[in-house]
This record gives sequence, C-alpha cells and structure tokens, in this order.
Amino acid sequence: MALLGGAATLTLLLSGCTPNSGGGSQGAVSEDDIDKAMTTPTKLTFWTWVPDIDNEVALFEEKYPAIDVTVENVGQGLPHYQKLRSAIEAGEGAPDVAQLEYQYIPSFVLNESLLDLTAYGADDLSDDYVGWAWDQVSPADEVWAIPQDVGPMGNLYREDILTGAGIAEPPATWDEYATAAQTVKDSTGAYISNLGATQAGQMIGFFWQAGAKPFGYDGKETVKIDVNSDKAKEVATYWTDLIQKDLISTDVDFQDQWYQGLASGKYAGWLTAAWGPVFLQGTAESTSGLWRAATLPQWAAGDNVSGNWGGSSDAVLASSKNPIAAYELAKFINNDEESAMKLATEQFLFPPQLSVLEDPAFADQESEFYGGQKVNQLFAEISDTVDTDFQWLPFMDYVYSTYEETMGTVIADKGDLAAALDDWQDQLVKYATDQGFTVE
Amino acid sequence: MTHSPTLTSERTSIPSRERHTSSAVRKQRLAAYLFLLPFFVVFVAMLVVPLVYAGYLSLFESKLIGGEVFAGLANYGRAITDPAFLGGLGRVALFFIVQVPIMLGLALFFALALDSARARGSKAIRMLIYMPYAVPAVVATLMWGYLYGPDFGPIAQIARSVGFGTPDFLSPESILGSMMNIVTWEFVGYNMIIMYAALRSIPAELYEAAEIDGAGQFRLAWSVKIPAIRPAILLTVIFSIIGSFQLFAEPSLLNTIAPDAVSNSFTPNYYAYNLAFINQELNYAAAIAFLLGIVIAVVSYVVQLGEERRERREMRLS
Repeated sequence: MALLGGAATLTLLLSGCTPNSGGGSQGAVSEDDIDKAMTTPTKLTFWTWVPDIDNEVALFEEKYPAIDVTVENVGQGLPHYQKLRSAIEAGEGAPDVAQLEYQYIPSFVLNESLLDLTAYGADDLSDDYVGWAWDQVSPADEVWAIPQDVGPMGNLYREDILTGAGIAEPPATWDEYATAAQTVKDSTGAYISNLGATQAGQMIGFFWQAGAKPFGYDGKETVKIDVNSDKAKEVATYWTDLIQKDLISTDVDFQDQWYQGLASGKYAGWLTAAWGPVFLQGTAESTSGLWRAATLPQWAAGDNVSGNWGGSSDAVLASSKNPIAAYELAKFINNDEESAMKLATEQFLFPPQLSVLEDPAFADQESEFYGGQKVNQLFAEISDTVDTDFQWLPFMDYVYSTYEETMGTVIADKGDLAAALDDWQDQLVKYATDQGFTVE
Repeated sequence: MTHSPTLTSERTSIPSRERHTSSAVRKQRLAAYLFLLPFFVVFVAMLVVPLVYAGYLSLFESKLIGGEVFAGLANYGRAITDPAFLGGLGRVALFFIVQVPIMLGLALFFALALDSARARGSKAIRMLIYMPYAVPAVVATLMWGYLYGPDFGPIAQIARSVGFGTPDFLSPESILGSMMNIVTWEFVGYNMIIMYAALRSIPAELYEAAEIDGAGQFRLAWSVKIPAIRPAILLTVIFSIIGSFQLFAEPSLLNTIAPDAVSNSFTPNYYAYNLAFINQELNYAAAIAFLLGIVIAVVSYVVQLGEERRERREMRLS
C-alpha cells in the first residue's frame, strides 16, 4: 500500500508541471485507444442551443453506433453558462460536450473545466479553419474547443433607400458613412442604421475592426484590460457624434421595437455579422429583394479589415468520463464534411471551416432577399480580413453587464461614449483586482 | 399523590381527572405535532437549512483567483457602504411609500364599494378586478412592455394622435413609475379580496345599530367598517412591505425591454441575483440577501408596533 501511495504521489508530482491535468491530457491518444473508445457502448451528453442539431448528431451516431448521444438545450447564452457553472461546481450533472461562445472560453479555462484537446489530435485540425477562428479556440499551445460558427462583420443595407437618397455605392469609409447618414436622414428621414444601446457584442466588433485590443488573458492569473485605449475612444467618439446629431438610432436590439424598425425602413441598414443575413431574412420578410450586403466601412481608405461578432464552438469538459468519444463528437459535428455542410446550409451557421467556405454549394448560393447577391461568398471573403489576435477576459458576463450599466445608459442618453469607456475601464479593473487577478 | 391508593375516592377523583385530561392533552399534542410534522420537514429542509447555509456562505469571500477564505462580517461591511445596494434599497423604499398607499387605497375603495352592494353585477366586477392577479408576473410584464412601447405601443399611438407627443414610459426617469403601475394593476385585486373577506365577516348587528343611530353609507364605512377590518388592512400592508422590498420579476423582465433604464442593482433582490449569477460573487450576494431580510423584518415590525400602539392609545381614550 505504502509503495502504491508513493508511486501515486510521484505521478502527481511529475504531472504537476502541466497545469491542466484533467482527463489524461498528457501523452497523445493512440489510434487504438480511439478505435476502442468508439466501439465501446458509451453514453454522452451534449449541451447546445443550436436548433435541430439532432440531425448532425444522428450522422455521428450512424457512424459510431456504439455511442449514444443525449442532446440537451438548457437555455441560450447566459442561462446556459450559469447552469454549466453550477453543474461544474456541484461536481456532477455536467455534460461531456458543451457549446461555448468564443468569448466565454477563457472563463472556463480559468477554473480548469475544459479538456485540452491537443492530446486527442485537435492540433491537426488547425489548417482546416480560418486563422483567426482557430486562434479563438487556441490562443496558445492548448486547444480548448472546436470552432462551430463565426460572425465576421459586414454591412447590410437597403439599396432602395440609399439610392433614393442619391447614394449609389455603399460607403467605403467611416467618414463616407457619416456623410451618407446625413444624406439619408435629410432626404428620407430614415436612420442609416441602429446602434443597439446595450449591445456590447456589436461595439466590441467595431473595436476589433479598428485594431483595438481591449482584453487579454494569459490563461492563468494575469489579465489585460484596455477598453479605453485611444483606438477604442476614436471609435466611441465617432459614434457619439452620429448619435448626438440624431443620424443613428439607439434602440435596444433584438426587441419588438427593433424588429419593427428593420421591417418598416426606420433603419436603412444594419451593421451586423455573418449570421445576420439569414436572420434578417426571417425578420423583415416583407422587404425581400431590397437589401444588399457589403463590407464594413473602413477607417482608412483602401483598407479592408473587419471584426467579429458572435459565433461559438464546442468544448469537451475536463470532467467527462469518456474524453475520447466526447472529443470525437465535438470534432465530428463541426469538422465532418457532411455535418459541417449541414450546419452551414440548414441551420445557417456561418462556417469557420475553409472547405465549406470554398464549397460552391455554399459560396455560390444566390440570395433572393439580397437581389440575387452571393452573400455567403462576400462574407467568406470578409472572414479572411478579420484580425487574428483578439482575446477575451475570463469574466465576460461581468464585462457585458457593466457595458450595459456604463456605455448602455450613456448611449441611450446620447452622452459622451468616450467618457463612458473610462468608467467601464475603472469598473472592470476594480472587479479584476477584487477577484485576485493581476491587471496589466 | 398518585402513589397512595388508600386515599378517599373524593380525593383520588381529582388527580385521576387530572391524569385523564393530561393524557388527553398529551394525545392531542401528539396529534398536533404529527399534523405539523410534514410542514416542519418541508420548512426545515426548504427554508431553515438554505437560510443557515446562506448565512454561512455570507461569512466567506470567494475570488476567481485564490478560492474561498473566511471573511467574517466583511461582506456585510461592504454591503452597508455599497452605493448600489443602498440605492436599490432607497428605490424600493420610495416604491413602497408611493405605490402601496395608492394600491391599498384602491383595494379598500373597491372592497367597500362591492360590500355596500350598491354596485350592480358586483360578482363579475369582483372577478374582473381580481383577474390581473391570476396573470403570471412574466406575462403581465411582457404585456405592459408592449403597451408601453414608444413606437408601436397603443398608449403612445393614442397620445401621438391627440397631439401629446410620445410619452416614454421606459426611460430611466419614468421606469419606476411604470413599474408601480404594473404592480398596482397586478395586486389591487388580491388585496381587495382580503379586505372584502374581512368586511363580510362583520356582524350585521353593528350595521343595524349604526343605522338606528342615523349613520349614512359613508359614515358607516368610515366609523364601522374600516375600524372593524383594521387587522386585515394591516395584513395587506405587511404583505406589501415584503412584496415591495423583494421586487424582482418586474425589474428582471423590464430589463430585457429597457436595459438602459433598469440597472443591475435596480432593486436589492435583483442586485443579489446579478451578483450571484453574473458577477459570480455568491458570498456577497448571500450577505445582501440576508441584509434585505433584516430590513424587511425591521420595517414590518415597526409598522406592526406602530399599529399596536395606536390601538392601545385608542383603547385608553374610549
């Protein structure tokens, strides 16, 4: 007994140098291990809110009849993470595989809840994906999740309203956009677009495009918080100006008011992500054929850069008793040709996977809603222009909720957004310090 | 005495009766405890244990980095100087002072009106007034969210068509008033039913006596009915104190419609929820919840005490 105990201690000491020792991340898993795991009857639980994902899971179960997957939808966004955290905290009831939006990955890395997938061969997948999307799931050596969908940002606009105002081409720069906003407002009464008052995702997407790096996290105890950098303030000042001139509306998005605004032509456009086109199609059906898609206006003429808003990945939890099968599930759903194609064309998740982006069946789709434009192709091109190096904080729930408190109220009051950024910065730094992080 | 069987029958009869009654009492007590048992099991498991656990949690401090450490009363110290918590408390106090008199006044008015049986179709009216209480708070708030809507809400449309401009019910300045309106609408019927039931139990002799003395309906209401149902009114006040200070569903739902107007610390209860589930400061949230409980207990007690004093004073006067 004593001998065994000593051996166990030694193993612990040896593995002590790898911070994440969950589920055998040390030493690669062999082909034999995988075959054995995939033919042994196994039950897996998969938490996701992607609608109809059962179809993709069915493909997986068809390929691996021994594996029985239970799909559970425990809520979308915040409720999902709250339940996930509770289950992890309780030590039981957590799923094997869980959907995670990119910005929430660090908060689960923080408490070592995620399995490092490198040992399972996830590294080999890096070339299958758009670079920046891969960096989101693998900011350093570890791979924390398999990318599922992304939201590179573009500009959806009402061609009829813009033409009516005498604007033939979508604005190429932000300066032109501001001028166009004035023209559109003067001649048609419409707002060129709406800035969701409390929509942190959209604003952070604009920061991302502008090259601001508001957040950073080393995966351990050090965070970087810089939401009031000069670049971010430049973006904030730009929007302050438009809001104060009443050229941009600030309705809260994804609410009745806003849906009706999109359908009724109150807004002549929507600066949104790649998941936006299909979403809009469902929301503003009556305006079919009047919309077009374009790239985001640029900060400097001739540039072509974009940011990202939204998208998610599938991660394997460190607590999973069947890590190999769980990893294979996360991989299959998002990486298998047929499954990934289904996600892109049936669930309309915008793919991060190169093979799907390049597939004519996806890229060459002409969309009637956008006057026959190849919208997918456009966003696939935009996807290439997203800055790769963008990180998050390990407490994004708090970041978003304080955005509402600081920026949200100021946007609604048509106040100074740049000053609100200072406020936001202060709150974030205070919270991070209180929580024991080292703030750079 | 029970040890001496040689006592006279007269004497023994007393202890035996005592013994008899005491065993009956014991039996009754046992039955009472048995009947109470299911309640107590649930009460202890669902209320006392979580409460004690929350109290225990509130004495710790947990950080994302560094884990949980014993902090004594540090969380409470932080709470009583936390402007967010105090602001929320002030807001619900204002809510209580403004909304509760309006709501209870209306409830009392309706109860008296129904009781005087002057109103025709009083049964149907009673149902109608009570109905909003049967609507879940979630549905009610969503419904009002639509009614309040600035562009397509019916109120705003009517106001615009008569030239009053667009009233903004969901702005940071007016949201508390809008919330008061929702809660009033929801709970007038509930309070009315309590008062109405109390009114129905007033003995008819009192009315007859008052009528013989020449009292009219208003005099009757003021001097007979209202004093007679004072305990019921006090009950509704206490319920309203608890309800106001624990306001949660309305701010939480209106937050999705007007996130710029409803802050995360709008009411103490909503603040505690956000602390626990968004800021991940469970221990601090437990302290806030405890403090809120204490505030409610104190306010309820003060109100009750004030009422009792008044009663005693009146007894002395009469």
